[in-house]
Amino acid sequence: MTDFPRTPPRYSATFTPAVNAEIRRAAATGIYDIRGGGTKRHLPHFDDLLFLGASISRYPLEGYREKCATDVWLGTRFAKKPIHLDIPITIAGMSFGALSGPAKEALGRGATDAGTSTTTGDGGMTEEERGHSKTLVYQYLPSRYGMNPDDLRRADAIEVVVGQGAKPGGGGMLLGQKISDRVANMRNLPKGIDQRSACRHPDWTGPDDLEIKIMELREITDWEKPIYVKIGGARPYYDTALAVKAGADVVVLDGMQGGTAATQDVFIEHVGMPILACIPQAVKALQDLGMHRKVQLIVSGGIRTGADVAKAMALGADAVSIGTAALIALGDNDPKWEGEYQKLGTTADAYDDWHEGRDPAGITTQDPELAARLDPVLGGRRLKNYLKVMTLEAQTIARACGKNHLHNLEPEDLCALTIEAAAMAGVPLAGTNWIPGRNGGF
Amino acid sequence: MQTFDLGAEGLRALNSALHGLKGQTNMTAWEVVNPKGAHAIAAGVDAPVDITVRGSTGYYCAGMNKQATIRIKGSAGPGVAENMMSGTVIIDGDASQYAGATGRGGLLVIKGNASSRCGISMKGIDIVVHGNIGHMSAFMAQSGNLVCLGDAGEALGDSLYEARLFVRGSVKSLGADCVEKEMRPEHIAILEDLLSRGEADAKARPEEFRRYGSARTLYSFNIDNASSY
Repeated sequence: MTDFPRTPPRYSATFTPAVNAEIRRAAATGIYDIRGGGTKRHLPHFDDLLFLGASISRYPLEGYREKCATDVWLGTRFAKKPIHLDIPITIAGMSFGALSGPAKEALGRGATDAGTSTTTGDGGMTEEERGHSKTLVYQYLPSRYGMNPDDLRRADAIEVVVGQGAKPGGGGMLLGQKISDRVANMRNLPKGIDQRSACRHPDWTGPDDLEIKIMELREITDWEKPIYVKIGGARPYYDTALAVKAGADVVVLDGMQGGTAATQDVFIEHVGMPILACIPQAVKALQDLGMHRKVQLIVSGGIRTGADVAKAMALGADAVSIGTAALIALGDNDPKWEGEYQKLGTTADAYDDWHEGRDPAGITTQDPELAARLDPVLGGRRLKNYLKVMTLEAQTIARACGKNHLHNLEPEDLCALTIEAAAMAGVPLAGTNWIPGRNGGF
Repeated sequence: MQTFDLGAEGLRALNSALHGLKGQTNMTAWEVVNPKGAHAIAAGVDAPVDITVRGSTGYYCAGMNKQATIRIKGSAGPGVAENMMSGTVIIDGDASQYAGATGRGGLLVIKGNASSRCGISMKGIDIVVHGNIGHMSAFMAQSGNLVCLGDAGEALGDSLYEARLFVRGSVKSLGADCVEKEMRPEHIAILEDLLSRGEADAKARPEEFRRYGSARTLYSFNIDNASSY
């Protein structure tokens, strides 16, 4: 028998080993995959943009001698007490329940030392968080877990959460493994149940109601607190416009790279838009209403470096927010725990079963022994360091573009590496003056 | 008695004055006239005072109330007594949707009917409705008691947790995971107290009610229950 060359095994581009594995898992369990974090698929992102440093047509600022300011005011539209932050990088809402008490404390410590704010989450305000956060934003969520007027008044700002980037249109989820006595008590729920948060607010629907709800919150807090409205990146032009119409001081816009404590993988990967596509639409809505820089825009979802910060601000954001990156700075997914990640069937930098409460790094857990692994003082210091590095990086870029404040970065400082990024960001493809779609629809 | 003309002086002045009562006890009786359906009347009060609103109110009257007794001599718009912490709110007329939403404590009495989603996501509040309650009432209700002397609309108690629901009349349908439960002596005692405090003891007796609560089958996700979600 002649030994002919054989066709080598060839994997399908559609039915990849990963797809097949998920089909087998679904067939075996009958339950959709639940995980934490944000989308893991490749998306057009800030990496697809580059800055055009100064040369002859523009001149740069001296890196170590000329000032490049980084501060930001938030809530200047209506609030009697707007917030002033030293840096435009805030910590996103993450709940006590999803995170351990020490992790919340570390976020507060790091944010405070770096001169920025942190945010509660779907579980109410804890003392360790309030006590260690100079500036704390209190989320007002559909579940209203832990909601009370005393904490509203103790907050520095209120964030009405309409949606988040990981799951626009979806509610929260905290599985029974993480509903400890303390979490259950704060949420008025039986211990150990799989907790579902509603996807809509219980006492308002639509922008007209939201306007009245915001007015009520202002009345309860005597018009002192800035009121943010957080939206998931799905229809950012209209949602931003409606949030402004409803009376928001600040719009928080979260793209699909933004993380969640737990939800269905299919939701994370298939609903919403990348933040790169969201920012220009939100900025256009603000500009069309004459409210750009009057209603501040905070954007989030995949912010990792000072370059990302600078790019988001060049596209028109007033500030950014980080969640996943902050957890990594604290120690999440650290390779030093590789042995334990392996036991959980995963590996460092890929661990996303945050809902199971067995986080080796002790961050996304309510297990006291695991939680004790995170030193909140050390974690806070690491977060502060990271925030400072991001700020320095953003300043470095801004100075190279000739800007003496991060807010002076502008779309004209950018070009895109791909046609997709050029179209989404509304900046020219590198080496051309072509912005796809600019003359052919939005 | 402090009389406040809302039409003349405005909402901000009213709520500012009421918020200023915290910690002092001299001005314990208030009357608000000309409410004209304004929103957020007496929202965020935190003092043991009596406030009577002479007329109908808009959205979120008595929102997040603590300690105060607030009487509405008319009907109430959506979200009356939302997230109430303690105290009492008594409405002479009807209440619109979301009455007592997410309430954590205190007593809400509605002498007329309550619209849809009465007691939605309630977290410890007691609600007594002399008339009927609309559809999706007590949706995801976590704790507390909802008493309805009349009929309940569709999907009562959908996805509820540990709240107790007492209905004297008919129930158009029960929501997911909501079932009728046995009325035991302790429930009769709870009802007797609530009917008395809810100014309804002359209208109904505890024995006339049926109790509804969670079957607790949805507390932990199970694929075999997927059709219930």
